[in-house]
This record gives sequence, structure tokens and C-alpha cells, in this order.
Amino acid sequence: MTDTLAIETRLLTKVYGSGHTEVVAMREASLTVGRAQCVALIGPSGAGKSTFLTAVGLINPPTSGRIAIGGQLVMDGPRALTNPTAFRRRHIGYISQKTNLIRFLTARENVQVALELNGESPRAGRRRALELLDYLGVGERADGYPPELSGGEQQRVAVARALANRPSVILADEPTAALDSRLGRQVMELFAKVAHDQGAGVIVVTHDQRALDVFDVVYEMEDGIIRRSSHAAEAMPAVAAGGRSRSA
Amino acid sequence: MNLARKDVWHNRGRFALTTLGVGTLLMIVMGMGGIYRGLTEDATLLVQRVGADIWIAQRDTRGPFAEVSRVPRTLVDRVAAVPGVVAAREFVYHTIQRQRAGKPMRAAVLGLSWPTDRGQWLPLVGGRGLAQAHFEMIADRSLGLTLGERIRLGKETYTVVGLTSGMSDPSGNGFMFFTVRDAQAVQFDQPGEAMRLERQARRARAQQSELGNVQPSILERAAGPGSQLPALPPNQISAVMARIAPGADATAVTNTINGWSDVTAYTRDQEEKMLLLGVVERSRRQIGLFRVLLTIVAGIIMALILYTLTMDKLHDIALLKLIGAPNRVIMGLILQQAIILGGLGYGIAYLLGQRVYPYFPRRVLLTNEDLLVLAGVVLGISVLASLLGIWKALRVQPNVALLG
Repeated sequence: MTDTLAIETRLLTKVYGSGHTEVVAMREASLTVGRAQCVALIGPSGAGKSTFLTAVGLINPPTSGRIAIGGQLVMDGPRALTNPTAFRRRHIGYISQKTNLIRFLTARENVQVALELNGESPRAGRRRALELLDYLGVGERADGYPPELSGGEQQRVAVARALANRPSVILADEPTAALDSRLGRQVMELFAKVAHDQGAGVIVVTHDQRALDVFDVVYEMEDGIIRRSSHAAEAMPAVAAGGRSRSA
Repeated sequence: MNLARKDVWHNRGRFALTTLGVGTLLMIVMGMGGIYRGLTEDATLLVQRVGADIWIAQRDTRGPFAEVSRVPRTLVDRVAAVPGVVAAREFVYHTIQRQRAGKPMRAAVLGLSWPTDRGQWLPLVGGRGLAQAHFEMIADRSLGLTLGERIRLGKETYTVVGLTSGMSDPSGNGFMFFTVRDAQAVQFDQPGEAMRLERQARRARAQQSELGNVQPSILERAAGPGSQLPALPPNQISAVMARIAPGADATAVTNTINGWSDVTAYTRDQEEKMLLLGVVERSRRQIGLFRVLLTIVAGIIMALILYTLTMDKLHDIALLKLIGAPNRVIMGLILQQAIILGGLGYGIAYLLGQRVYPYFPRRVLLTNEDLLVLAGVVLGISVLASLLGIWKALRVQPNVALLG
């Protein structure tokens, strides 16, 4: 496990059920994401992308394999080598496929709560939450409750919350599903910017192939296996890509 | 950020209704406690306030409240002569039921020893004490009588000259205070026809006896009022109350009187104990038991409400875990909500009770001590009730938040 890498997974396998009902959702998936690197993970539905992401996010432990984050081995098979909750709070920003905001908190409070859980004072948390919401273009909706926000606004609030603690790892599962193409691209560019500016490792699971040029590396997953990696330009030939690096 | 407060505020309508429900339930628990305390207080109220140190009742009876006691009026003079006794008074007590405005009115009738006792010891909330030997009465407010109201009892009409508050007998009947003579007139009132029949029967008995035939004046007397017949005893009283001199030994005086073969004397403490352990014991225990059961039911209902509230926000709890909220934050959310629910419920119970309890048929007495104990119990219930919700919340995995 290399400490220059933001994320490193080795032979991750996830098996659900046993015997006749056994399903292998992920099979020996290995992947590395460097610091300040923004990676896309594409593939058909049911390929195991979300399983992989939840394993890396220490939400759903793998059956076998290893996960290291920032050079620290955090999972050895299904066994957590650290407190997953505390580790997630400090180091991981997670954006799920479906909009996931706490219903009884306003947009600003949804971001602020993540900051306060990490030890930020309420005043500083409030200020940073408003900055992030402004940055993502939903500042004027800061006092709205989730049901009062559109799908796109909710997703941007979720992104703001994931970025709030300046995590070293950002994991996003279909973050642009509820956004129009223009906004979707903006969000993808934001992830890339965060990766490059903060030195974070970012993995984005997406079906949106129009924005693949934003990523440094594109992985493809199928039948639980990360089969190959490619440049964005290779996955999307029409998009001219420059300065991208190949990763194995 | 206080997540419990945020959740309560966001769901304030629903929470308010839930709290109102819990508050109403707690009001009943509080009311049962108040009835229990009121029952105890009512049972000993008269004994504590009437200013008697020793009660003298019919031999081997348990005092004028527990069972019927009859002693001669002359006992007052005998008791007054005992060393250590500074004053003795008659005690006449019985209950009556009359119709008033088409509804039954039950009342406890108490005779005051006019002119020494004019009801000056009574907690008057209106009017005055008795000012004449006959035809005046003081009534407790719970009977619904008003100052100046005239009420006919037996052959006489009595005017309400004073009102008391919270004066009721162990059964919860409001008191009516008369002079002893009037109280007995009410007690022994007989219709004219019954009186005439009694006189005829008396005359017939006298005619059958030799004495009646040899002394015709006896026949004449037998047909007259009973009070003119020396052979017939006067109306008897229920008991005699004695006040002892400062520094005198109540037990010694009681022992002296107990040496007489026709009466039994009790100290005030003994009388109180008899009332509590005898007259109201069964009701007291039943209400006490009911109160405990009601408290348990309230606890179970609160636990179910908190469990439901927790289940409703399971997704939010999973989400909090997903973003790294430690277990203590989740526990704090549920525990604080439980305490808010319990605290507000308690407040509603108290405020609602203040308006509702006066309409209860029995006195509901809320003491500061009982209120404090109940507050502690509600706090305990809130904490215990939250455990089920906390248990459920701690078992939720963060990936539940991803299920949508």
C-alpha cells in the first residue's frame, strides 16, 4: 500500500448470499487513485459499481480484499482496521445516487451538520456552509427544506455537504442523475477542480458519457470486474482530451 | 446544532399533537395522584382542623367516622371534669341526601357546640360564622349552595351564612355546619304522622301496664312530646371532643377516660390512623394501585410513540451515520426528544389539570412534593421509553440511507 495514493484497492470481492442464492457482486476489483486525481467509473447497471463505491466508502465491507486510503490500510477483508464512522467523517465525502438529505434540516443545516460533527464551531460551520452553497449556486435556497428544493438543488446541497470537511477522498455515485447536462458538467468539473486544488482522490460513478473528458482516468466495470482502464479520450473519442494520464 | 430540537421544530404539528396526547395521559396520572392525596387529606381534614386532642366515642366503637357511635350529651360534662381537659364539646355527625334542583345532593352534617363553637376554625371563603343558635348554616362550596340561599331540611328552613372550601368527609361529601341542636333536628326529623303514631303506641303500652292504669297522668304524658317524658332519654350525640391543657399528657387523659366502662377514648393521632387504615384504606390502596398501573401504561405508550418517531426517521439516522455521526449523536437525538416529549407532556398535564381537576367529583390535591416526584418519574419514563428507539437506531446501518 503506497502512501502517495489516495485510494488503493486490492482484489476486492463481495459475495451476497450463499449456496444457490450466492451472487458475486464484485470480483477481485483492484484500482488505484492518486492524490489530486479524478477518476470515473463507468459500466452498465448491475456491474457492481455502487458495491465497489460503498466498499471504498467503508459503508458495505467487502467479503475479501484490501482497501487503503491515504496509505493507511483500513479494510482487510470484511474486517475494519479503523473506526469506519469516524474515518468516514474525517476523510470521506460521499454523494449517493439518490438525493440524500436529512429531511428535518434546511439546506444550510445539512451542510453545517457535517462540519459540526467534525468539530467545527456552529458559527464557522454556518459560514462555510453558506460559502459552499453559494459556490454551488444554491445559496439563495439555504433556508429551504429538502422537499422544497428541486432534484438538482438537492443534489448540489449533497455535493456541498460531501465537500464540507475538505475530505481526502470523494466518492460520488451518479451525482448528476438529477441534473441537466449543463449543470451535470459543472458538477463534474467541480469534482475535478476539488481533486486538483485540494489534492483529493475522487471516484465518480457515472453513466453520463458526455462529461468523461473532465476525468483524469476512466475505469470500466462489468460483471463485478474492473476490466480495463482507458483515457477519457479513448472512452469518448469525440472529445478531445489533453494532458490525461493512463492508469493501470 | 441540536438535532432533536431541529426535528421537533420541523415536525412541530405532529409533535404538538403527540405531546398533547402524552400530556393528557400524564394529566390522568397526575389526577390519580391528586385524588389519592385528596382522599388521604379529606379523611383526616376534620380531625386535624376541628381542634380536638381527644375523641370520646361509644364503648368499643372505632370513633364517629368508622361506625355509628352514640353517647349521651351529659358525657360532655363528665369529660370536662377530667384533670388535664380544658374544654369538651359535643360532636354530631351524620350524612344526609336531599333533592336540590332535581338532583340528589349528599352532604355531611356536622353539629357545632353553640355558643362556644361558631365555626371560627373553619376556612371560610365567604360570609361569616354562625351568629345565632338556630336556622343558620355554613356550607362547603362543593355542595353548590350560595351565600344567602335558604334551604329547607326537615321542618325548618336554614340560611347559608358562610361558605368553606375543601371541607369534605372521607367519602367526599361536602360539609354542612349547623349548631348541634339544628344538626340533630335534621337528623331526627320525623313526619307528623309518625310522631302521632308513636304517641298512640306509647299511650297504648301505658294503658296495658298497671302503673298507667293507677296513675292517669302517665297516660296523658305518654300522649305528649317525648322530651317531656323523663323515662325517655334525650337525643344522643355521636362523640365528645376534648381539648387538653398545654403540657398535659394526652395519653394519660385518654387512659383515664378509657377506665370508664361506657366509652372509648382516642388521641388525635389514633383517630387519624383509624381513618387512614380503616375508613379509606381500601379506596386509597385501589387508587394507589391504579395510579401505578396508569404510570406503567403511560411509559409503554411513550415508548411506542418514541419508537414510531424513531422508525419514521430511520433513513435520516442512517444518513447521519453515513456522514460520520457517532452513536452518541444518534442516542442524544432520541434521548433529547424523549425528554422534550416528557417535559412538554408534563407541562401540558399540569396546565390542563389546573383547568380540569376542579370539575372532578372528588378533590384533586396536587402537592409540590407529589409534583416533584411525578416530574422525576416522567423523566425516568422518558429515558426508559427512549431505550427501544435507541436500540433500533443503533442497529441501523449507514447503507440504509443509500436504499432510497
